[in-house]
Amino acid sequence: MEFIDYYKILGIEKNASADDIKKAYRKLARKLHPDLNPNDKEAHKKFQEINEANEVLSDPEKRKKYDQYGKDWQHAEHFEQQRKSQPRQERQTTTGYDFGDEGGDFSSFFESMFGDATRQRQQAKFRGQDFQAELHLTLEDAGVTHQQTLTVNGKNIRITIPAGIENGQVIKLKGYGAPGANGGPAGDLYITFQIAPHPTFKRAGNDLFTTTTIDLYTAVLGGETTIDTLSGKVKLKVNPETQPGTKVRLKGKGFPVYKKEGEAGDLYVTFDVKLPTNLTDKQRELFSELSQLTRPL
Amino acid sequence: MNPHDMIPARDFCVHHNIELSFIRTLQAHGMIETVTLEETLFVPDVQLEKLEKIVRLYADLDINVEGIDTIIHLLQRIEEQQAQIVQLKNRLERYEDRS
Repeated sequence: MEFIDYYKILGIEKNASADDIKKAYRKLARKLHPDLNPNDKEAHKKFQEINEANEVLSDPEKRKKYDQYGKDWQHAEHFEQQRKSQPRQERQTTTGYDFGDEGGDFSSFFESMFGDATRQRQQAKFRGQDFQAELHLTLEDAGVTHQQTLTVNGKNIRITIPAGIENGQVIKLKGYGAPGANGGPAGDLYITFQIAPHPTFKRAGNDLFTTTTIDLYTAVLGGETTIDTLSGKVKLKVNPETQPGTKVRLKGKGFPVYKKEGEAGDLYVTFDVKLPTNLTDKQRELFSELSQLTRPL
Repeated sequence: MNPHDMIPARDFCVHHNIELSFIRTLQAHGMIETVTLEETLFVPDVQLEKLEKIVRLYADLDINVEGIDTIIHLLQRIEEQQAQIVQLKNRLERYEDRS
């Protein structure tokens, strides 16, 4: 357990007045408050640190103890024993603020020097901690509305995942985080969806992109080819003289639009042309003939 | 609106230790919607998350109502832009994979 320099955390001098502490705390709290920095773990951590620093430095009794023992905080229990032998004065929590979702978490340094913070703040209700979870889906899974059961902190939660969810999208399940303290509300569960890359389809928003290979003869003469879509195989007409790289759009065969049932993006198919190999003598002869025909005289 | 989908504003105020006038101020600023039924002020369930966020910003950071309104708008814009970044990132990956 390391010593924590609360003055450094608030960016103030050791002789700072109560007003300086309040000002420094407010300035940092406005910058790091969890509501202003959603999903920013670093900001949440720093917010806890400044709360803890403020909890100690804004309370004259705690500040005195902290200043007196400082780096020798491990001897603070002697101070406690001394203090217990003197008449005891109960005091309420130091600040008038309810620090919402971050209030319950104090460092081990704080706990060992000042005891269990929650006992000292019995009057305040605290919202439980938010949980973060990641859910990995295949593109096919993300393309259909389905239910999935998650286990978060030993609890099974059944959620409905709407079709069309985006890679990296975060959904919030209110009240599925850690339980609150002293009757405070439970935290929330944030689920980040990770959609694995697909071997056949690339996704951009609601549109899908794929490449299909046709043979030279179909490319030149036209015909039909069968391609895979997310909803099954479809036959696709190939126009005569189709060039490699030609793109066609299949309207409504792309990815479902999030929370808009029945709507879907488009599927873009790029044609790749495979040239014949291992030609027979006859084929070579015919290509040669063709070449003579098409070469400018 | 069904009364089961709403919470009496007074209950909310007691729970969060705020004055009823604060809810009325927010309503007057167009920041939340309230419903009055038989002279009782209610807050619809769907507004609760936003209202709790406003109360936290007000109580924790001592920001006035106008400031909170601005913050809420800016946070909404950030959220929209972050969603857009995610979409663009995914699109960019598609081009990077191709090269």
